[in-house]
Amino acid sequence: MLGALLDWLLSFQIYLPIAEIAISVPMLLALGGGVGFLSGLFGVGGGFLLTPLLIFIGIPPAVAVGTQSNQVVASSVSGVLVHWGRGNVDFMMGFALLAGGVFGSSIGIVIFALLKRFGQIDVVIAISYVVTLGALGLLMLVESIQALRRVRRKAPPRKLHQHTWAHGLPFKFRFKKSRLYISVLLPVAIGAMVGLMSAIMGVGGAFMLVPAMIYLLGMPTSVVIGTSLFQIIFVSGYITILQSWQNHTVDILLSLILTFGSVVGAQIGGRVGVKLPGEQLRFLLASMIVTVALLLLIQLVRHPAELYAITTLGGLH
Amino acid sequence: MRRRLTWFGGAVVGLLLVMASLVHRPAEAKSIVADIDHHLIAITTDFSGDDVLIFGAVDQPGDVVMALWGPLTEVQVHHKERIAGIWINRDMVTFGDVPSFYGLASSRPLTDILSPAALEQYQLGINRLQIKTLAAEDAALGKVDDYRQALLGLRERDSLYGDKVGRVNFIGDTLFRANLRLPSTVPTGKFLVEVYLVRNGEVVDAQTIPLVISKVGFGADIYRFANRHGFAYGVVALILSLALGWVAHLIFRRR
Repeated sequence: MLGALLDWLLSFQIYLPIAEIAISVPMLLALGGGVGFLSGLFGVGGGFLLTPLLIFIGIPPAVAVGTQSNQVVASSVSGVLVHWGRGNVDFMMGFALLAGGVFGSSIGIVIFALLKRFGQIDVVIAISYVVTLGALGLLMLVESIQALRRVRRKAPPRKLHQHTWAHGLPFKFRFKKSRLYISVLLPVAIGAMVGLMSAIMGVGGAFMLVPAMIYLLGMPTSVVIGTSLFQIIFVSGYITILQSWQNHTVDILLSLILTFGSVVGAQIGGRVGVKLPGEQLRFLLASMIVTVALLLLIQLVRHPAELYAITTLGGLH
Repeated sequence: MRRRLTWFGGAVVGLLLVMASLVHRPAEAKSIVADIDHHLIAITTDFSGDDVLIFGAVDQPGDVVMALWGPLTEVQVHHKERIAGIWINRDMVTFGDVPSFYGLASSRPLTDILSPAALEQYQLGINRLQIKTLAAEDAALGKVDDYRQALLGLRERDSLYGDKVGRVNFIGDTLFRANLRLPSTVPTGKFLVEVYLVRNGEVVDAQTIPLVISKVGFGADIYRFANRHGFAYGVVALILSLALGWVAHLIFRRR
């Protein structure tokens, strides 16, 4: 009975013009919805989940990377509007991160092209995922467990941030929403690093940006999600245009279907997220990031089922 | 109108001639005529693979073998090796004259119909495709055949190559038909259907039928737009997703 229902749902197929493959529409909607839910819940674009999932269901990797950057724009817009309404977007901080982000992602796209030419892009992407997701996930996991313990003991919260060498940097600026007085160079540098990685990995980069804003800049968690979504709209939009222009790998039809699922999911996720306390939210996000990193690491290290990979060169269209 | 009539007239005369020759001069004229139900396969947004019907007639009983060829391309094959615990792409071989699609159908098992030499000559069978080695890195030189086998295996796994994509069925002694299955991942381009008539282990006649697989309609328009005006396409994609995100917000805010 259930199997028959599943077969019936899977029979609604659509031929994707850029990906050049027929895929079940309900499956894409469910995929977009699931990732959108997580995106609304945690304020991350979900690209680090969506890109591997799209590749897994048979979308060519280049198209998966290009298309998901476009999809992230839509879910980030609907997410940022919710946070904006609550006054949880620090625009000044967003612009500072953005300046670095555009610079970093431009360099990242050049590196991407070089690696692609040497046939090593796949493994570099995989290693990047494992290293960034693994390091950040573990860091967040440890921190959020400590935070959860503090809450349970009802101890006073830690100081918002400690003073370090970074506070001696020039071009200090008062970020009112974030209640920070720090050098503009810090968010610009963070934006550049995240932009570089997100171009290479084909993700929005919130999963790197969110912890960097919390732990490196010391921003309050309430402002972090809205601000990172705001910045990601621009960086992902920039990457969308660049990918369409240079590589022709953005599939509008795929993007629309995924977006339809993800905006609905993001709204539900956003509502659920409000009801969960920040510490638990961070613990959940950290666990998910560590799990993805582990799965990818296993794939890198395990003896592959297929030792050969083929690439068709031109002449087909 | 007049031109069309002339063309039609020509076709009728041609067909009559073929029929006449089949009946009256079987020894020297065409011993096989075959055609395809549609010469253009349109890939639209609801494309989920297609069946190609190939039909025809032979003058005397025999066996029929069909090969469906996709456009030839170059293909790179990478071999993965473990380095510092991680599996990465190492050595590479580049092959040329690799069909992007290859499917076979026959009235009986191939080896029962034709000698190994003939099968080789007409490239009938995945393992008999004459794929050229264009370049091989030093470490891969001695193992080019492994790379070739891997290429064939991967294509077969993806349903792009098949020794049995259909069966040729005879209706009576002289009429035959076959359904060849094309998967949804079928590449686009100019295809060829080669139809062979075999008697006593020898190919006695053959015919080649062209087949075009191309994107048509809305999907094709998107594809063309994306490839010809990439920048504008990117802007449109961006505006669409901005608008969709905003609309979604409006809808959900009202509740």
